[in-house]
Amino acid sequence: MLKVNGKELNYVPGTTIAELLEQLNYPVARVAVERNGEIVPRKMLSLTLVEDHDVLEVVSFVGGG
Amino acid sequence: MLTREEINNALEERHTKEVQNRLTKARVAIAGLGGLGSNVAFALARIGVGHLHLIDFDKVDITNLNRQQYFMRHIGMYKTDALRAELTDINPYLEIKTDCVKVTEENLPALFAQAGIICEAFDDPEAKAMLANGILELYPEKFLVAASGMAGYGESNAIHTRRITEHFYLCGDEKTEPSCGNGLMAPRVAICAAHEANLITELILK
Repeated sequence: MLKVNGKELNYVPGTTIAELLEQLNYPVARVAVERNGEIVPRKMLSLTLVEDHDVLEVVSFVGGG
Repeated sequence: MLTREEINNALEERHTKEVQNRLTKARVAIAGLGGLGSNVAFALARIGVGHLHLIDFDKVDITNLNRQQYFMRHIGMYKTDALRAELTDINPYLEIKTDCVKVTEENLPALFAQAGIICEAFDDPEAKAMLANGILELYPEKFLVAASGMAGYGESNAIHTRRITEHFYLCGDEKTEPSCGNGLMAPRVAICAAHEANLITELILK
């Protein structure tokens, strides 16, 4: 199982973080992602595989300021 | 014209010497000088944060006046120039640095090298994410106070401050972006800006 923003999700082996973000409808250009307490550099999102028991925090920015 | 001593004494009277010393030493960069950034800058200048770095490429527009801390006389001026002049009228002894540039991945490292705390105050969500990712990757020891979601009116209590990590905080309701009839307006934007400024104050004084 994974945890994304507090919600439990099934773990599917072979999924990259970028793919997971796409599945969950997060726009990659508008997010900052933390995995197990550490920021995942943007360039690494499509190169990093999600692992079982990962805890992900996805901060999704909306417009306005 | 007030002397440095007069202003400092007044601040110390309000805050205590110990607190004021810490505020005076603090270095805060404010990225974006619009609805959020101009309001944050005013608040921090008023309490005497000693080093402010103001960053924005844009000019004051008439449509900014519904929420941004500018006046009619500033329309057409660069926001960096307008805001610097206003803050100098509050406290001329603050060190105010300005950069009239658009923040990019290339200039980010140099721009934010000196600040201890970075206030994200952009309006474009991709710029927000770019700045957040840049600071979190390059300067993980610095504090980042970012904002997301503050459009419309009412629902004051939906604006909150959330700790993402020890060095990364998010202010706003995290969902309301401007839309037709529900745009950015002074009262609600000011609440979000106050969240940012108040948290920055807390981070300086902890």
